Amino acid sequence: MTAITLQERELVAASHEHAAAAQAAEFGFWLYIMSDCVLFATLFAGYAVLSGSYAGGPTGRDLFHLPYVFVETMLLLTSSLSCGFATLALHRGERARVRRWLLVTGVLGLGFVVMEVAEFRQLILEDNGPDKSAFLSAFFALVGTHGTHVAIGLIWMAVMLVQVRIKGLTPAVAGRLERLSVFWHFLDIIWVGVFTVVYLMGAL
Amino acid sequence: MVPAHAGAETERSYRIGFLLSVVLTVLAFAVVLLGEVPRSLIVPCIVAAAAAQMLVHLSYFLHLSAAPEQRWNLLAFAFTVLIIAIVLGGSLWIMYHLHEQMMGADPMNLVSGNPHAVGHP
Repeated sequence: MTAITLQERELVAASHEHAAAAQAAEFGFWLYIMSDCVLFATLFAGYAVLSGSYAGGPTGRDLFHLPYVFVETMLLLTSSLSCGFATLALHRGERARVRRWLLVTGVLGLGFVVMEVAEFRQLILEDNGPDKSAFLSAFFALVGTHGTHVAIGLIWMAVMLVQVRIKGLTPAVAGRLERLSVFWHFLDIIWVGVFTVVYLMGAL
Repeated sequence: MVPAHAGAETERSYRIGFLLSVVLTVLAFAVVLLGEVPRSLIVPCIVAAAAAQMLVHLSYFLHLSAAPEQRWNLLAFAFTVLIIAIVLGGSLWIMYHLHEQMMGADPMNLVSGNPHAVGHP
């Protein structure tokens, strides 16, 4: 009787320890996200200051195609929803659904990155690369940094698809999925700033 | 954020957040593309739509709230908002005034006794 109680106590203590570690990891990741917000704030500030320095080159009005940006925005927004569904499936312990929604999120995110790379390629081919003007330098720095984050998120997602398949929804895998979803939603918030400040204001 | 309080993050919460975001995005693009809004109101409109959409994402997707278990997350967030305000507001403020000053410093004004030219007899 006493032995069982002791064992139970140890189990409870261990699970508490585990929960505390998971919470610490989650908070640590939140702090990283906050520091990334500050990184983007500096890029936004740089863009805002330089966005009128065309150096005789093209303006945002000449370059930006808003319907194209709208499609990009919808891809990223829908991927945020499917990422949310993956998180819900994770909390219900539905392994197959987690993989399915992660896959949907990844495909939508890949569509976004492909569209952005195509836009950059077009700009550079037309000799409107980052070397053209301070405006375009700031544009490529800001939008490119966001795109790089999304691409890294896609790699993370691919790794998690494999981990969920091989390891299942273990506490460690679940924690990583939780943080991936925070990262993905955060990137969508940054994109709201990008399409508003860069594309919509640039097209005025 | 904290998976324990699963009640706050139902499927409904994600759907509402998504719908609100779509409405705010369409609104912002429509204001710029359709040109129905007076020119002077376009920027305030799209900035307000963006701020609203960021709040929607924070509360419906990231589930950031004033709940006690999220106190530290919220505190870190508030501090970040302060830093962002200083970085963005400060940069724009300083560079705007610098720009103004530089515009006044053309050679003609220096010769004709512009107040900015005090140090150049």
